[in-house]
Amino acid sequence: MKLTETLTDLANPTRFLALTARILPWLAGVTAILLAIGLYQSAMAPDDYQQGATVKIMFIHVPNAWLSMFVWSVMSVAALGTLVWRHPLADVAAKAAAPIGAAFTFLALVTGSLWGRPMWGTYWEWDARLTSVLILFLMYLGLIALWRAVEDPSRAARAAAVLTLVGAINIPIIKFSVDWWNTLHQPASVMRMGGSTLDKAFLWPLLVMAIAFSLLFVTLHLAAMRNEILRRRVRSLQMMQASRVTFASEAGAGSRDGSAPKGAA
Amino acid sequence: MSLGPYASFIVTSYVLVAAVVLLLIVWIIADYRRQQTRLKEIEASGITRRSGRSAADIR
Repeated sequence: MKLTETLTDLANPTRFLALTARILPWLAGVTAILLAIGLYQSAMAPDDYQQGATVKIMFIHVPNAWLSMFVWSVMSVAALGTLVWRHPLADVAAKAAAPIGAAFTFLALVTGSLWGRPMWGTYWEWDARLTSVLILFLMYLGLIALWRAVEDPSRAARAAAVLTLVGAINIPIIKFSVDWWNTLHQPASVMRMGGSTLDKAFLWPLLVMAIAFSLLFVTLHLAAMRNEILRRRVRSLQMMQASRVTFASEAGAGSRDGSAPKGAA
Repeated sequence: MSLGPYASFIVTSYVLVAAVVLLLIVWIIADYRRQQTRLKEIEASGITRRSGRSAADIR
């Protein structure tokens, strides 16, 4: 009941903007502090007995890889919000998340590649995990292009929501690709049955960085949603402006050729 | 802190992540300022919301 009321309250963009104005500075501050702690812990983490210092790439690669999937999951819930519940901010949330998700996916791919070269001997391998993440990145770009191609936000919202839900099938494929197929990529070592196989010296910095990057996403997402709401206000005001100009020019043209209505009689 | 023989891979990864995150932050802040400026320009031309409240006011 409480959650429903909160969601209904947040359906009002003005209330949502007021809320973001209050919490964004705090979120940004906590994110910066956690990132600083995470980076310090990552720098101080010991070398791995096999990988040496390259294990430090894990502290930025893994949070970006997690977020690449998490952001698409958030967009999928938002897509349901657009199609099923018709929540006014659902499409705003999905559209604002896409470029941020694309950036995290790009970083997961590139840092993974930079980690792979010294460890696997290659920057890239067309195996199931790497290929499915590349497909996720291309889907992010496709969605961004779709939103840009369709001018009417409500029409673009429905098409993008359907595409997002279809694309969500890729998320479990990415997650379980390392179990279903023989891949160069290692299997899950943190979120797995039986607990993490990582030593605490690596696990703690990784978890702090994962929380910091998740908070970074929440902060950037709320700020991007605020921008999207303002962009839609600009659009609606510009349409009002255009309709007034059209009406004024039609009325002016009518009065010049004498066809303007001169009273009802 | 020694980064060993693959220091360039580690440093490039961290620098790239920092650059992309900074780019995202700058882009979002610039976009916010751009939208606020456009709203103020439109309102200055006499177009206002039906509620009468300023569209640029987010508080």
